[in-house]
Amino acid sequence: MENYIISLRGIKVQFDDLPVLKGLDLDIRDEEFITLLGPSGCGKTTTLRIMAGFAEASEGDVFFEGVRINDLPPHKRNVNTIFQKYALFPHLNVYQNVEFGLKIKKIPAAERKVKVKEMLELVGLGGFEARDVNLLSGGQQQRVAIARALVNQPRVLLLDEPLGALDLKLRKEMQTELKRIQQSTGITFIYVTHDQEEALTMSDRVVVMKDGEILQIGTPQDIYNEPVNAFVADFIGESNIVPGVMRRDFLVEFANNAFRCVDKGFEPDQLVDVVIRPEDLRIVAADEAPLTGVVSSVTFKGVHYEMMVESAGHDWMVHSTQASEVGEFIGLTMSPYDIHIMERMEDDSLDWIEGESSASMEGGHAE
Amino acid sequence: MRNKVLSAPYLFWMVLFTVVPLILVAYYALTGADGGFTLKNVSDVRQFSGVIFRSVWLAVIATLICLVMAYPLAYSMSRLRPQMQRVALLMVMLPMWINFLLRTYAWMTLLENTGLINQLLGLLGIGPLQLINTQGAVVLGMVYNYVPFMILPLYSVMTKIDQGLIHAAQDLGSNTLGVFVNVVLPLSMPGITTGITMVFVPAVSTFAISRMLGGGQNLMIGDLIELQFLGTSYNPNLGSAISMVLMVLVLLLMSAMNQYADEEKEGMII
Repeated sequence: MENYIISLRGIKVQFDDLPVLKGLDLDIRDEEFITLLGPSGCGKTTTLRIMAGFAEASEGDVFFEGVRINDLPPHKRNVNTIFQKYALFPHLNVYQNVEFGLKIKKIPAAERKVKVKEMLELVGLGGFEARDVNLLSGGQQQRVAIARALVNQPRVLLLDEPLGALDLKLRKEMQTELKRIQQSTGITFIYVTHDQEEALTMSDRVVVMKDGEILQIGTPQDIYNEPVNAFVADFIGESNIVPGVMRRDFLVEFANNAFRCVDKGFEPDQLVDVVIRPEDLRIVAADEAPLTGVVSSVTFKGVHYEMMVESAGHDWMVHSTQASEVGEFIGLTMSPYDIHIMERMEDDSLDWIEGESSASMEGGHAE
Repeated sequence: MRNKVLSAPYLFWMVLFTVVPLILVAYYALTGADGGFTLKNVSDVRQFSGVIFRSVWLAVIATLICLVMAYPLAYSMSRLRPQMQRVALLMVMLPMWINFLLRTYAWMTLLENTGLINQLLGLLGIGPLQLINTQGAVVLGMVYNYVPFMILPLYSVMTKIDQGLIHAAQDLGSNTLGVFVNVVLPLSMPGITTGITMVFVPAVSTFAISRMLGGGQNLMIGDLIELQFLGTSYNPNLGSAISMVLMVLVLLLMSAMNQYADEEKEGMII
């Protein structure tokens, strides 16, 4: 049996008759970095609050190392939280903020001093002891919040979109920092975010959630390469999603063409969603390609060019290091391994994707 | 510069009705009936030390009672839903819409020897108790009249305490008492000092309440000053001297408290 530190069983939560979590089952391994990922309102923050003890489930159980802790108040749980807005105590300085939990536990003053100093060094805030927390920058406040939680050596650290308020460069730095801290301390990190890139960068495992349910749990590679449905495919990275028909094993028809693929096990002529990553589409000469179309836009993205190609009634997003001209007539091709076939989702899910794709994935969803 | 222009009407008002009268008080306090400089009035204030002591004592008791009653109320008010908060706030303000004298007269009829409370007690076979014309009645009158001035500043700072901070304290291992002592209390300190000031200052200089509910035996400084201007023993110079001593006393007490509050703020968590 695996070594699970926290287990959720059939967790249901409702706010004013509105279901927020619909019977959630989740096992968290000791010492892993696991991320709950999903759009705003998917229930990921509520899941975290259930584990911290700030929210109550109307049904279901929470286990900590196999012991049911449903009724254990937050201050008795061996977890610490880093809050979305840091929640530093404004009447205390940096040292006193970090010291807070140790003081509650009645750790002797001399020992506290050593631990706080160590922890501030770890987060790169050595020498900041006497600073007023209200005058620190966002990144520094974030570090204080991390130190204040970690100094208690919790078994589990819960992080609720902790980098949301930081600018891009700082966010990248802190991602590396958090991963480093997690690996050096061996504390289980449960991380909540709506930023798929953040989730893929840091996590050992990613839990993709939507509408109070878990859609997929897996390593970042699993989630990216083998998304279970078009929603996950679209949420994790950019995707071209088109309707298709599975003619027979290893043969799918879409965009008025039949393509060889590596999927099997569908009913003959079953309706499916076909997902192709933009970086998996290759631009070739028009006369030797199954798909042809006109380039409608070219955007420079730094490492690659992002091009939109109109073909067979769809807008295809293509990532390539070489730019084509706008208006150029080109061909598109792909290898059978890069065609991902998924069972067709219900209509409302597809609506969500339509709206989301046109709004672009960048920019994020406010929680 | 614009700010100066905007504050001009009030500055004018303040100079005319605060600064000038203060100078007049000082002038009268330091001159005799003949208009010459003297310290006699100020030294005469000593004979009323009993009254002054009683005033400060009763005001301190009334302020403490207000604080003890208002603090938990203000805290629970600040945690209500916004709509309920407005209702609660209205309930607190409601008595202030009724004239102060009327409210105090109402207490007289309640507390009288043949008043409503004693009548009810009589039905139970108790009393009649001496309720009116006691120090207790004076304190009751002050608490009744001034408690909203304690609730409002407390409520105002407590609504600003982020629920996230309370969660953070719980998360770091604080139980309910710990959250209160380490987070809520220090963050509400500014409200406490404001509330104490806003209750203590009017309470220590109370006059009508003490006469109406305390009878003749429980005079306070305010009554004493009033007597010097309106009574048979007309002596505006002595009245001014008492006012000045009262003012200095209040200033000293308030600055001592603020000093203490500042130190408290800089102190470590308990």
